[in-house]
Amino acid sequence: MILAMLGEAWRAMGANRLRTFLTMLGMVIGVGAVVLMMSIGQGAQYAIKQTIASMGSNLFILISGSTSTSGVRSGGGGGYTLNVGDADAIAELPGVQAVAPIQSGRAQVVYGPNNWNTSVLGTTPGYLEARSWHIASGNAFTESDVRSGTRVALVGKTVADNLFGDEDPVGKTFRIQQSPFVVLGTLALKGQAMDGRDQDDTIIIPLTTAQRQVYGSQFPGSVRIMMVQTTSQENMPEVEKSMTDLLRQRHRIREGMDNDFYLRNLTAAADSAAESTRVMSLLLGAIASVSLLVGGIGIMNIMLVSVTERTREIGIRMAIGARERDILTQFLLEAVIISVVGCFIGLLLGIGGALLVNQLTETMVIVSGSSVVVAFSVAAAVGIFFGFYPARKAAQLDPIEALRYQ
Amino acid sequence: MSDPVIRIEDLYKSYETSAGLFPALKEIRLSIDSGEFVAIMGPSGSGKSTLMNILGCLDKPTSGRYFLDGRSVAELGKDELALLRNRTIGFVFQGFNLLPRMSLLDNVALPLIYSGLEREERHRRAHELLVKVGLEDKAISSPNKISGGQQQRVAIARALVNNPRLILADEPTGNLDSRTGEEIMALFDELNREGITIVLVTHEEDIARHAKRQVHFLDGRLISDHVTSRPEATI
Repeated sequence: MILAMLGEAWRAMGANRLRTFLTMLGMVIGVGAVVLMMSIGQGAQYAIKQTIASMGSNLFILISGSTSTSGVRSGGGGGYTLNVGDADAIAELPGVQAVAPIQSGRAQVVYGPNNWNTSVLGTTPGYLEARSWHIASGNAFTESDVRSGTRVALVGKTVADNLFGDEDPVGKTFRIQQSPFVVLGTLALKGQAMDGRDQDDTIIIPLTTAQRQVYGSQFPGSVRIMMVQTTSQENMPEVEKSMTDLLRQRHRIREGMDNDFYLRNLTAAADSAAESTRVMSLLLGAIASVSLLVGGIGIMNIMLVSVTERTREIGIRMAIGARERDILTQFLLEAVIISVVGCFIGLLLGIGGALLVNQLTETMVIVSGSSVVVAFSVAAAVGIFFGFYPARKAAQLDPIEALRYQ
Repeated sequence: MSDPVIRIEDLYKSYETSAGLFPALKEIRLSIDSGEFVAIMGPSGSGKSTLMNILGCLDKPTSGRYFLDGRSVAELGKDELALLRNRTIGFVFQGFNLLPRMSLLDNVALPLIYSGLEREERHRRAHELLVKVGLEDKAISSPNKISGGQQQRVAIARALVNNPRLILADEPTGNLDSRTGEEIMALFDELNREGITIVLVTHEEDIARHAKRQVHFLDGRLISDHVTSRPEATI
C-alpha cells in the first residue's frame, strides 16, 4: 500500500517537474546552508581547541610586579620580585601540577656556517609538562641540569631546520652567543600560538644556565615570569587563592597593600575564545535554519496549490473508496519526499561547498556526522510539519463538492 | 429471499441555503432487490442526483433510514463508508472521471490500492476487466488518448474491479453520442444479466428503456415506480 502510494507521489511530482524542482530548491538551499555553516563553525571551534591545547591546559601565568626607580615605574614584569624559592614553595601547594620559572630573551645562535636569531628560554623541566610539550628525539634536561647549570639545550623545529639543516641536531654542539651548548633533544612540533607567533622558533635551556651564561642576570634566582599548572580545571580558583596568600606571605606584603605580582588565568582567556566561536557557530546555524524554514513554507504553499488543483482527483479517489487517512498519507508523502530528496541534494551540495571552502581558503571546515543527522531530521520534520496542513485539507474535502469541482 | 440491496425508509434530505432550508428529497420509500436494473428519472432539480449521492454513501440523509446490503448506513463511520464505496459500490460518472496522468490499467486498478491488494494482483484484476470491456490492447495508453466511449468503458471496468454488488451510474451516456451511448448501455445490459444490480440516473427515455424498472422523481418526491413497458417484447 505504502509502496503504491510512493509510486503515485512520484508520478504526481513528475507531472509538474519544474514546480517540484523549484519547491525542492528551497529545501536544497536551506539544508545546504545549514550543513555549510555548521561545518565552518565546527572547523573554527576545532581550530581554537587545537590552539588552546598547544598552549597547555589549566595554566596560570605569574608575572612579577612593577618596580619604580627614581619615580620611573617599570610596568608589569619589569622587576624581579619572583624567585626560584617562590617556585619551589608554589610547587608544594596542593593542586599544583607543575611550576616553571622562566627567564627568556632573544639571542644569536651559531652552528658551523649557520646562524640564527631566536628566543632562548631558560626554565625548569616543569615547563615542558605545563605546556604539554613533548620531546621529538633525544631527551629533556633534568632537575640536576638545572641545579648544576649544565650547557644543554632543547631546540624547536624551526631552529633545528635553520641551524642544522638536514643533520640530526641531537648530540651536536652549537653556540648561544659565545657559550657552547650540546643539543640534548628536539622539541615536538607545536605550531602557531594564538597570537600567530611561531612557537617552534625557540630554544629551551636550564634556567640557571640561562641566567649565568646567556643573560648574566643581576639577580640570579629571580625571575619575571612563572608558569603554574594545576591538576585540574576545577581547582584553579582554589589554587589561585592559596598561591596569592602564599606569595603575599613570602613577600611580606601587609594587609591593604597591593600585590607585587600579577596572576593571570590563561585558560579562562582561552575558554572565552572557545565560547565565542561556539556562539558564533550556533548563530550561523540559526541563520541558516531560517532558510530551511522558508523552504518549508514553500513546500506548504505548493502543496496547497496542488490540493486545490487536484480537488476533482481527490473526489474521485474518495468515491472509489479512499479513506481520509489514505488521502492524508498521499499528500503528506509527497511533501516528505520533496523535503527529503531536497535535503539529500542539499547535503551533497553543503558537503561539497564545505570541501571547496577547505580547498580555496585557509579556513578549517569540519563536516560532522551530527550536522548531517540534524539537517536530515530537521528536513523530514519540516516536510511533515508543513505538509500536514495541506494534506489534512485534502483529506477533509467533501467528496460531493470535490467531484463537482471543475 | 435475501435482503434487498437498497432499502430506503421515509428518507428526507434538506440543504441549508441562503434562502433557508431547501428540501431536496421528501418522504422517499424505495427498495431495490439484488439483480434489478433501475432507471431513476426526472428533470433537473427533481432530487435524483441527491438520491444518487446518498445511495453512493457520499452524503447522509437528514432523516429516515437507508440500508445498503442490509446495513444501516447512518450508523457507519467514515472509514466504513469508504470501505462500502470501495467494495460494495461501483461508480460510473457522466464525465468518466478517469485520472489523466495514469495509464488505463492503473486507472482500473486504482480502487484495489485502497483495498490493500499487492501490485501483481491489482494488475492481474485490472487486466481482466480491460479484457472484459474490450480495451486490453490500450492498457498502457493514457485516458486523453482514447475516445469518450472508450473512456466510459474504462470507467466501468474500474467500477467493476472490486466485484461490487451495485453499480451506480449517473448519466453515463450524457457526454456520448447516441450510438456510443447504446454501446455503453449494451454493456450495462450484459452486466445486469450477470447478476449485478444497476441503478442508473438519466433523463433520456431511450436510455431508461434499457432498465427493467423506472422510478420517476419530481420536486424531491418519488412520483411513480413501474416496470418498464416493452412493447417490442409483447407477443
